[in-house]
Amino acid sequence: MRILKLQKKDLFRFLQVVSKEAELWAPVAKGEKFAFERILDFSQIAMNTTRTILPPKKIMVPALFNMFYFTDKGYKEDLSHVTQRILFGIHACDIHGLLILDKLFAQAYLDPYFLEPRKKTLILGLSCWPDEYCFCKSTNTHIIEEGYDLYFTDLKSYFLVWIGSSRGDDLIRLSPDIFDDNLTEKDIQTYIQWQSERDKSFTAEINFTRMPDLMELNYKASFWEEVGAACLACGSCTMVCPTCNCYDVVDKQYLGGKPGKRIRHWDSCTLPEYSEVAGGENFREHKSQRLKLWYTHKLQAYVSKYGKPSCVGCGRCLVTCPVQINVMSVAAALEGQKVDAFWKRLTQEVTK
Amino acid sequence: MNGENKCLAETNPFTPEVARIVRTYHLTSDVKFFQVRFVDMEKALSFKYKPGQFAMLSILGAGEAPFCISSTPSRPGLLEFCIRKAGTVTSALFRLQENSQVGLRGPYGNGFPVEQMIGKDILIVVGGLGAAPLRSVLLYCLDNRDQFDRVSVLHGAKRPAEMIFREEYFALKQRPDLECRLAVDADDTGKWTEKVGVVTTLFPQLKKIVPENTYALVCGPPVMYKYVIRELIKLNIPKDQILMTLERRMKCGVGKCGHCAIDYIYTCLDGPVFTYWDVLHMRELI
Repeated sequence: MRILKLQKKDLFRFLQVVSKEAELWAPVAKGEKFAFERILDFSQIAMNTTRTILPPKKIMVPALFNMFYFTDKGYKEDLSHVTQRILFGIHACDIHGLLILDKLFAQAYLDPYFLEPRKKTLILGLSCWPDEYCFCKSTNTHIIEEGYDLYFTDLKSYFLVWIGSSRGDDLIRLSPDIFDDNLTEKDIQTYIQWQSERDKSFTAEINFTRMPDLMELNYKASFWEEVGAACLACGSCTMVCPTCNCYDVVDKQYLGGKPGKRIRHWDSCTLPEYSEVAGGENFREHKSQRLKLWYTHKLQAYVSKYGKPSCVGCGRCLVTCPVQINVMSVAAALEGQKVDAFWKRLTQEVTK
Repeated sequence: MNGENKCLAETNPFTPEVARIVRTYHLTSDVKFFQVRFVDMEKALSFKYKPGQFAMLSILGAGEAPFCISSTPSRPGLLEFCIRKAGTVTSALFRLQENSQVGLRGPYGNGFPVEQMIGKDILIVVGGLGAAPLRSVLLYCLDNRDQFDRVSVLHGAKRPAEMIFREEYFALKQRPDLECRLAVDADDTGKWTEKVGVVTTLFPQLKKIVPENTYALVCGPPVMYKYVIRELIKLNIPKDQILMTLERRMKCGVGKCGHCAIDYIYTCLDGPVFTYWDVLHMRELI
């Protein structure tokens, strides 16, 4: 591992040079929120951002894209969404999210629609500062050891740039004069201070270690019914989750001999027809059953397979769910805490 | 920087191969039988699968859906499916004539553990359309009859007209090397010569079995499992030797789309064949 210094004033110069190699994507402001977008004007790049509305999975597998063209001669794959990209400004939690998706999309069979764009996207991570919804320290995803090509730690007037891959090293070599590999004792102290202050700034916390057991013990707990009654089945939690990978496939046929398309689009396990089979049998008819599946996947199932939760503590479900069903409130309910969430108030109002 | 955009068709697990319907006919009013062959002869003959595995069938313009393979790998070349008209894809499939093209990819899933079943007694319990996946393992056992000890088949259908592979089952009754018992819930023909009652009413007639040496294979409508499993447990068949093949919504067959997830498993990768112990352990299976 090599660590270099980059003065803040030189960042755009660096990005300008690397953006000649591939499409540059970075967070831009959207009102009070942020979104990853293709950067044509460097002044648009938002530096001190919290989470983006959608996680970077949207760059790897777009919300809707074509998998195949088909004619009576057969199926021809369409990988036109695959292009060389450089993704700048991605936070540690989201890099962990991509590492989790890597496992899902590479288990047993390799999914080229995710893995090809993934291989062609350079990851230029950027450090961040927690807000009241961030709990990545609980999932241990506030630190990052793999999954990036370069990682920029923001130390106010300069960055420490961690080189994580050979491709990252290539980028540095495009403008070697702006990088300084002479790290002083003071730089190290500044970094340590930054890290301990950052770590002290977390207010949200979940004990993930006990979640698999608590999911099991609470399998029949009554709060699932309450949560189910409050859930709007809108699917927002799954759209914004950096580790949600579910999708649906539909075929589109066109008149006039145009090739048909096999379209793949994001799906959500909270939607009513998610587990419905032809003939009408629905294995998860109730919202409570579908929510339980989501939380089983996040807090329990992935742990038993890979030894860690498939939640990265990004806080997106906390800021997105209109009725406050999120990892934080469900974890509290699993722990038997009194939760002042929407579903509690809902039951109070109903019984009044 | 990474290499150029190369064509991945060879390795893309989602690419359907072109296949042709070589024969199709009605088994009942809403169930049809399909014989399908990969257009590429090489592919047709080299396609390896296990009884209990499934394939994804694509109908041009209508979409793709999972179907269990009803033929046996011991008779290579043709793949057979037994399909009920139930949704968009199957409705489109029912309109297709012989020589129509379909897309086919697979095989997927774990299938029945036929290697472990060698030397054992096999008890097959069929309810209704459950005959479709179990036909593969039944024919496999018959084609390799010397590898298995006793083979018994209990078959239940709603009414005589809804019994699929009727002739095949009545022919089995003539064979001295296996026990085959048939039932219908109700006889509306007046001509039914076998048992009238649900499939569990056949259990008392079953010759005495050696439970620890028996693999019980069950498939039928969801409502059936509870009652059949109760009978199998009464017979003392070990829970991990009671096998069942389950249905779930699937969009990929390869563990990506998420729809068939149960607990920490994917039905398409870890199933569709599960043991009764799996069912107790994972709760949401049946």
